[in-house]
Amino acid sequence: MVFAASSLVLVAVLWWATAGALDRQLAAAIRADAVALTERWRDAGATGLAEAIGERIALDVSNDAIYLLLDRQGQRLAGNLEAWPVSAHSDGIFSRASVARDGVPADARFLRRDLTAGGETWRLLVGRDESERLQLRLVLTEGVVWSLGASMLIAFAGAALIRRALERRLEPTFRTATGIAAGDMSRRVPISGRGDEFDRLGQGMNSMLDRIETLMQGVRGVSDAIAHDLRTPIARARSKLEESLSVASTEQELRAAVEQGIADLDNISRIFRALLRIAEAEAGARRAAFAGFDLPAVLADAAEFYQAAAEAREQLLETDLPASLPMVGDRDLLLQAVANLLDNAVKFTPDGGKVLLAARRLEDGAIEILVTDSGPGLPPQDQSRAGERFFRADQSRNTPGSGLGLSLARAVAQLHGGELELADAMPGADPPGLAVRLLLPGSD
Amino acid sequence: MRILLVEDDVEVARFVKKGLQEAGHTVEHAANGRDGLFLAASEQFDILVLDRMLPGGVDGVRLVETLRGQGNRTPVLFLSALGAVDERVKGLKAGGDDYLVKPFAFAELLARVEALARRPSVDAPATRLRVADLELDLLSRTVTRSAKKIDVQPREFRLLEHLMRHAGQVVTRTMLLEKVWDYHFDPQTNVIDVHVSRLRQKLDKGFDKPLIHTVRNAGYMIRAEP
Repeated sequence: MVFAASSLVLVAVLWWATAGALDRQLAAAIRADAVALTERWRDAGATGLAEAIGERIALDVSNDAIYLLLDRQGQRLAGNLEAWPVSAHSDGIFSRASVARDGVPADARFLRRDLTAGGETWRLLVGRDESERLQLRLVLTEGVVWSLGASMLIAFAGAALIRRALERRLEPTFRTATGIAAGDMSRRVPISGRGDEFDRLGQGMNSMLDRIETLMQGVRGVSDAIAHDLRTPIARARSKLEESLSVASTEQELRAAVEQGIADLDNISRIFRALLRIAEAEAGARRAAFAGFDLPAVLADAAEFYQAAAEAREQLLETDLPASLPMVGDRDLLLQAVANLLDNAVKFTPDGGKVLLAARRLEDGAIEILVTDSGPGLPPQDQSRAGERFFRADQSRNTPGSGLGLSLARAVAQLHGGELELADAMPGADPPGLAVRLLLPGSD
Repeated sequence: MRILLVEDDVEVARFVKKGLQEAGHTVEHAANGRDGLFLAASEQFDILVLDRMLPGGVDGVRLVETLRGQGNRTPVLFLSALGAVDERVKGLKAGGDDYLVKPFAFAELLARVEALARRPSVDAPATRLRVADLELDLLSRTVTRSAKKIDVQPREFRLLEHLMRHAGQVVTRTMLLEKVWDYHFDPQTNVIDVHVSRLRQKLDKGFDKPLIHTVRNAGYMIRAEP
């Protein structure tokens, strides 16, 4: 449509520039001639004018000049027209007519001038034969009409072709979108490998879909966890309350049961909060809150926080931190992750044991945060399972905790594009201790 | 104290109102944001306790922004079910002074309300805090009890300072965690208790009158009388 309109405009301009220019040129020539002849009449009178006209007709090489000079009685004084054309009815106007020039019919254009002096009026007609020009104009018109038709045809055919090509290229994208709208999240836009804008669109859509899928998995993870793992403590709290309702015989017993119930509820909401935190980290929604900070200060703070707890158990909590280690990430979540690791270490290491918090930049630019303890450690099969939600090794059943600490640490590591690894702190020794390694990629 | 409670949940509102009244405060209650804003703007309160999500077109954040826009500086405590870090920040940025996530223990709410309403004035910064024979010098950062100097670590100093600024008031573990350590998460084990008991040992060693008291099911309080 746009193409058709623009070709129309182009043709109009072309027409105006050629045929129109010819017309304007002719009119200008006639006007100049008339002005010159009027001058001549003023200088030399009607006789001189008649002579000049005679000369011009004689010298007319292109053989298209038309002149006619009539005196006040309407008698012809000079010129090559036999009769005054009807259309030239008043002074100063351009008109057109078919006339006989020296007996030869011609299509002419002319200008009438009335020359008045001393009460007498001569009528002068200056014109040009237009036959050839009209011929040329006809040819031009035909050409313009044909080219306009052809360009219209090309415009519409081309538009149809481009639309079909677009449809063919966009069809897979469209099918993917429909499939996803219908609920099949595994669909992806096929990439042709041509690297053109369609491929870029497809890649953009695919990465968007990957992100949406991750977020959806996060949501699903939370609802799974709520459904599966919150029900257990709720059921436990409920049965305890129900039992005390039927068994408790004194107000004191009942009061104790209610207090226990409140404590259980508090614990449930604590688990709930931890789950939401993990989901937050897993969905990566907090990546927008990443900022630069100096890691050792944060770690030293966390170590100092747990120092008192370690000392209370006569444990030695040591740190091995560089003076400065700038990184980009979520300070609050990272702090919480490290706090969880320290909490575990202090909790599971027997009295008089040792806990070490260390951080350093590895050769490849990655940042390693290491928490090692001299506790009982974990058997290899449990090391790989730790970090799953609510996983608790058998020997830790009697230690307080929700079992979500490592899950959060792992989610935080993944949020930063890193990972969480567990290993024996002192392989071969008994007890082997536990080393938890948070590996975060460099911030460049 | 005169307290305005804006909370749409009937049960929570009744429970909070009754509790605050039992603690000796006068409580006005509005069930939606519009009424709450009207009351807060037209009457004088010592503290506002606001739910974040409110019916009536004006939510808690909008309410506070409007009040602050009018130059009203009444302390605001947000109660909210929105517990994410960003939500907290949003609430405080809007002009809230404290943020408590639901579900909460009433003792926690009461302690925070009283702490907010009796905040130390900024105009006249104290250089010395005193409780009984215990003295804290904020300039030289020294602690003395009955003219005997007690050595404390920087963090313990801040812990003690916070307790003494709220002498006679209950300070909960979460409040200490937030105000002294600037930690906004649950450290699982009772690390705070360990810190407090260590500080208590230092202060009370050689004296027969303990100053830091444990308030059951709530937190800690520093006061002269036992």
